[in-house]
Amino acid sequence: MKRIALVVAVLFIGMHAAFAIDPLPFKDRAEEVRFQNLTRQLRCLVCQNQDLADSDADLAKDLRRQVFEMMQSGKSDDQIKQYLVSRYNDFVLYDPPLHAGTWLLWFGPFAFLALGAFVVLRILRQRARVPLSPADSGEDW
Amino acid sequence: MNRLLPFIGFALIVALLAFGIHWNRSHDMNWVPSPLIDKPAPEFNLPLLYEPTKTVARRDLLGKPWLLNVFGSWCVTCQDEHPVLMAYAKKLGVPLIGMDWKDDPDTAKRWLAQFGNPYDTIIVDENGKAGIDFGVYGAPETYLVDAQGVIRYKHIGNLTPDIIARELKPAIAKLGKEAP
Repeated sequence: MKRIALVVAVLFIGMHAAFAIDPLPFKDRAEEVRFQNLTRQLRCLVCQNQDLADSDADLAKDLRRQVFEMMQSGKSDDQIKQYLVSRYNDFVLYDPPLHAGTWLLWFGPFAFLALGAFVVLRILRQRARVPLSPADSGEDW
Repeated sequence: MNRLLPFIGFALIVALLAFGIHWNRSHDMNWVPSPLIDKPAPEFNLPLLYEPTKTVARRDLLGKPWLLNVFGSWCVTCQDEHPVLMAYAKKLGVPLIGMDWKDDPDTAKRWLAQFGNPYDTIIVDENGKAGIDFGVYGAPETYLVDAQGVIRYKHIGNLTPDIIARELKPAIAKLGKEAP
């Protein structure tokens, strides 16, 4: 029984890979790894919570081919990213670059953390200053 | 005052969440702002649907504003949009260029024969390369290009009478005012 489950699981994994990745003629393993790395950093515009490497959308296939062709013609990763950003905005990058429009995105969480720390500190200080009242001494239960 | 603090905090969180719900409902979460607005339209040179031996390039369209509508016979929303284009295309005052995107030309011709052809010219982008240059990610998409070949307005999704009245017509009118 366990063996059958394993076989089924392996089949499923194989199927997933076959659906998501169309065969591209990589010249060696290093090029393939570079391609996989790059497409994992790029967002699919159609199903926006998937990366380009994973998406089965038709446009994602076209964009993968575009990325592949640009790699073949000797473009660097940055040039390929720039090519896509100039057409589809920073949104195609999973790792958004730091500029005026993304300050809130980058520093917002730290601002909230600082605010939280400030509030906690204030409450703690206040508690330290006010001595426990007799009613709160906890002896009457 | 201190007793009210937790309540105020709670009210703030409720307000934030309510704003989030409101924002999600009033905005299309799949909408990606185009970086191409106010930038020159990309170069292209594509065959005509009805005369595949002839091509139309970006420079052929310079000198007059024009509207580019990206569609495909496979695209369901384009079918929803189609009657709107049929009704409004001739009233906009700018030529409507259709881009048959990632589509089989024969199927596109059948589709247009069935539903009607609102376009002044139709160019075919069969492999989708020109579409990528325009930053197309979901048909239908509509671009307003001015006489200098600069993209001035873009709409993603189907055009509705409301959007034409509120956004597209004012954008076209603005171009008319700038022209000497």
